[in-house]
Amino acid sequence: MRVALFITCVNDTLFPDTGKAVVTLLRRLGCEVEFPTAQTCCGQMHVNTGYRDEGVRLARHFLDVFGGYDAVVAPSGSCAAMVREQYPKLAAGMGATRAGAFASVHQGRSPFAQEVAEVTPKVYDLSEFLVDVLGVTDVGAYFPHRVTYHPTCHSLRGLKVGDRPVTLLRNVRGLELVPLPAADECCGFGGTFAVKNAGVSAAMCADKVANVMTTGAEVLCAADNSCLMHIGGTLSRQRAGVRVMHLAEILARTEAAR
Amino acid sequence: MSGSGTFLGMPSFPENAEKALQDSQLRFNLRKATHTIRGKRAAVVEELPDWQELRAAGKAIKDDALRNLDRYLLQAEEAITKAGGHVHWASDAAEANEIVTGLIRATGETRVMKVKSMATQEIGLNEALEREGITAYETDLAELIVQLGDDWPSHILVPAIHRNRSEIREIFTEHMAEWGRPAPEGLSDDPRTLADAARLHLRERFLSTKVGVSGANFLIAETGTLVVLESEGNGRMCLTLPETLISVVGIEKVLPTWRDLEVFLQLLPRSSTGERMNPYTSMWTGATEGQEFHLVLLDNGRTKVLADEIGRQALRCIRCSACLNVCPVYERVGGHAYGSVYPGPIGAILTPQLRGMASELDASLPYASSLCGACYDVCPVAIDIPEVLVHLRSKAPHAPAERLGLTAAGWVLDKPVRLERAQRLATRFRGLVPKRRLPGPGAAWTATRDVPAVPEESFRDWWQRTEEGGGR
Repeated sequence: MRVALFITCVNDTLFPDTGKAVVTLLRRLGCEVEFPTAQTCCGQMHVNTGYRDEGVRLARHFLDVFGGYDAVVAPSGSCAAMVREQYPKLAAGMGATRAGAFASVHQGRSPFAQEVAEVTPKVYDLSEFLVDVLGVTDVGAYFPHRVTYHPTCHSLRGLKVGDRPVTLLRNVRGLELVPLPAADECCGFGGTFAVKNAGVSAAMCADKVANVMTTGAEVLCAADNSCLMHIGGTLSRQRAGVRVMHLAEILARTEAAR
Repeated sequence: MSGSGTFLGMPSFPENAEKALQDSQLRFNLRKATHTIRGKRAAVVEELPDWQELRAAGKAIKDDALRNLDRYLLQAEEAITKAGGHVHWASDAAEANEIVTGLIRATGETRVMKVKSMATQEIGLNEALEREGITAYETDLAELIVQLGDDWPSHILVPAIHRNRSEIREIFTEHMAEWGRPAPEGLSDDPRTLADAARLHLRERFLSTKVGVSGANFLIAETGTLVVLESEGNGRMCLTLPETLISVVGIEKVLPTWRDLEVFLQLLPRSSTGERMNPYTSMWTGATEGQEFHLVLLDNGRTKVLADEIGRQALRCIRCSACLNVCPVYERVGGHAYGSVYPGPIGAILTPQLRGMASELDASLPYASSLCGACYDVCPVAIDIPEVLVHLRSKAPHAPAERLGLTAAGWVLDKPVRLERAQRLATRFRGLVPKRRLPGPGAAWTATRDVPAVPEESFRDWWQRTEEGGGR
């Protein structure tokens, strides 16, 4: 199986350790991992901030880069949801109003909608790939810490990953999983929302952090570094003493590598 | 002062939100109220095994109604006229207000009583009538609280959600006398006592007012029947007691057949008040004996919304408020920040479509969301609110500085080599990135959040160094 890693631009630039963890983990599970270096960004920031044309350009680039693979794995529920849930909507939205203009720009290539239909179903969030494609729930990890898990909105309501991440965490040896109160409530990140509506974003995060603190966890885990950057940035400012960690980084830890 | 006109000139959503966030009493009231209704709704939705099917049916029926609006509206007009009612068509707020004013003038009355109605708030009917020397009295308990307090509604279903009972006691004591029967001496803030005070005040109104004004939840095309759902029975008083009844109804309220109510009478109460069934459902067709009936069909921008293939799904809305109650943004800032009678997620997609995005406030509304998607999940007619928000953002005007920033980011991300260079630049100067105080727009981030440390090496460079034999 040719598995491509879609690292995402945020992880690539700011959180390379998450990418390294995914590579370690997938290789341990017998996958051959490729990293197409032509990749850049899924276009979510542009589309969701109202710059659809720029976003669609990046989406086209994504489809070009990841077209030939059996599976594309992203350590980000949000970026995977952008590709799998929002690309088809973008394609549908362009159907009537923009198809003409778009076709003339990209003459001689297969229509956007067709590429979207071919490529996007093979794009998975890490937990989906592990549980659904590889069929593993015990990845042989060891992490002897008290952990609470925040199911980020786009994993939960976009991709509908359900309890896959939690199942994976439950099978990590040594890990004590404590439930997070009001877990399904948004942390307030929301991409450019965090800056455009900074006050509301901070108020939402204050409640999220308060809930994290009630768990007594050492580590807050999620499958999206953007949300963790927001919650972690607040925890750090408050000197709360709780670390944030991407799901991949916990799953990559083994007793041997301790 | 609850009309749309009063919101003109309001600052943008973020500015309103910042102010609201400072009001700890407001945040406490909102949190308590939204979480209570949220829980009730979840319980009564959970118990229905076919909720998703009902939801799909609601969506399909509304889509059919909207697609064939021209036919269904004429069908309704014919049925209502045959049943002795009069149908008027209003293309905008001014025309609707003019029609209603004219109809009231013809009765010779200067006082009307109102059933809770979003359409009449949207057009600013009370203010328009006041300018013509006609007083409109709100009879829904929450609307009464809002009117007495010279306040704005902040929620579609519970317009006084931002008030707690001691505030309500104060409003009743201070202002009831200005509008009619005063509040009893020594009024306490016990909910039952407050309800009793409102009942006495309103009873006098019901028995002495000869003109009633309402909206409607549904308009059945095949029979011409109007339907109002409510909890208090005050609506039914207003609908049945007056000699003249005038209903102002948005054209999107139409349902093709009587049988369609089977779906909506399940969807609406469970989604709005979290009840299996609402206490009062009033239905009437045309004029009844001893009562004259007028229906004012209101467009006010709806036809324009219908022309937008993505935005039009907002017209499926049945004003249940489930999206408000579940929204983390609404919960923290309340309804006033949205500067419209339609607050919350549905307001953020409805207001900019109905009013356009020429004002700073209206242009900021599509951004009043973290796109968490909770609103879409609970919507009983499956309006994909995040999809419409993103769609409207692409049509909203952008600030020059923001456009510059995103265009630059787009340029960098267009080519992997540019991204690589930008990353190397960032890693080389990583020591210069402040952790706690970013300049420019980044200051909004560091007001409450630390900045993550820029790594020594991007993932891309690590891969190329370790996997591809030493990079380039």
